[in-house]
Amino acid sequence: MTGGRPEPLQVVKQRRDETLAALVGGVPYIRFLGARFERRGDELTAVLPYTDALIGNPLLPALHGGATAAFLEMTAIINLGWAVLWPRIEGGAPVPEAGALPALPKTIDFTIDYLRTGLPRDAYARARITRIGRRYASVTAEAWQDNRSRPIAQAAGHFLMPPRDE
Amino acid sequence: MTSNSDSDASNAAKDFFAALPHAAALGIVPEKIAGGHAAMSMPWAERLVGDPASGVVHGGAVSALMDTCCGAAAMSHGQAGGGAATLGLRIDYMRPATPGQTIRAEATCHHVTRTVAFVRAVAVDDDAGRPVATATGTFTVAAP
Repeated sequence: MTGGRPEPLQVVKQRRDETLAALVGGVPYIRFLGARFERRGDELTAVLPYTDALIGNPLLPALHGGATAAFLEMTAIINLGWAVLWPRIEGGAPVPEAGALPALPKTIDFTIDYLRTGLPRDAYARARITRIGRRYASVTAEAWQDNRSRPIAQAAGHFLMPPRDE
Repeated sequence: MTSNSDSDASNAAKDFFAALPHAAALGIVPEKIAGGHAAMSMPWAERLVGDPASGVVHGGAVSALMDTCCGAAAMSHGQAGGGAATLGLRIDYMRPATPGQTIRAEATCHHVTRTVAFVRAVAVDDDAGRPVATATGTFTVAAP
């Protein structure tokens, strides 16, 4: 309706992917765990490739509950950061320079239910933002491995949103 | 003699937790594990940072420290049967840990039933009077 020709798909996709890479790439702890984020439209799926350093119980062997908890927490935080950035990206804002990204939300509380033993396999997670307000946000997240219908853990948390400039 | 075997058991538990691959990767150092109590420390490191602008450690690393410390407290409780898998864990983050400072967690297994061990924990940095985070957890108890 603006009369302008829609941007080429490649340009839109590149801006989304580069913004996501800037958001995720700035967090050393995500690199330490080895997690990455895959995107389809605005939906993010976190992927945690298996490494021996994620093992908590060598006898079973099983993933460390703390690694699963951290994976779910970073999934929730990145999804919130992404939700803040998405309208800007779609509004045509350029990819933020390193260090120019909005501050990440801060965890207020986080509750994890461990449903099944995490096996020495890749794990996946998605978050759902149940509410995002000016100051507080509520997020749930779920992690699974080989079977989407058999989650290994679910979590819920509250987050403090960074002040917005507008 | 009893005190000797107690400290042997405590040392064995510390060795066990220090050898957990993920705990070792995080740099977690078990300081004390005995009688339903555990204390562990995690020195600040760049790889644990969650907010690059401030250098504050990621909440996930604090969660992993809390989970490890709570699990050790549960396992070391005389009635827990020596095994403990986390059922649930809730963490409250009171303030960011000061960058560069070691985070130290202390956990107490305060109640054990035939099936469940209940644990609470607190994490502090150098300013021990103002907790960084608290946690409550429930753990499975090994069947007799």
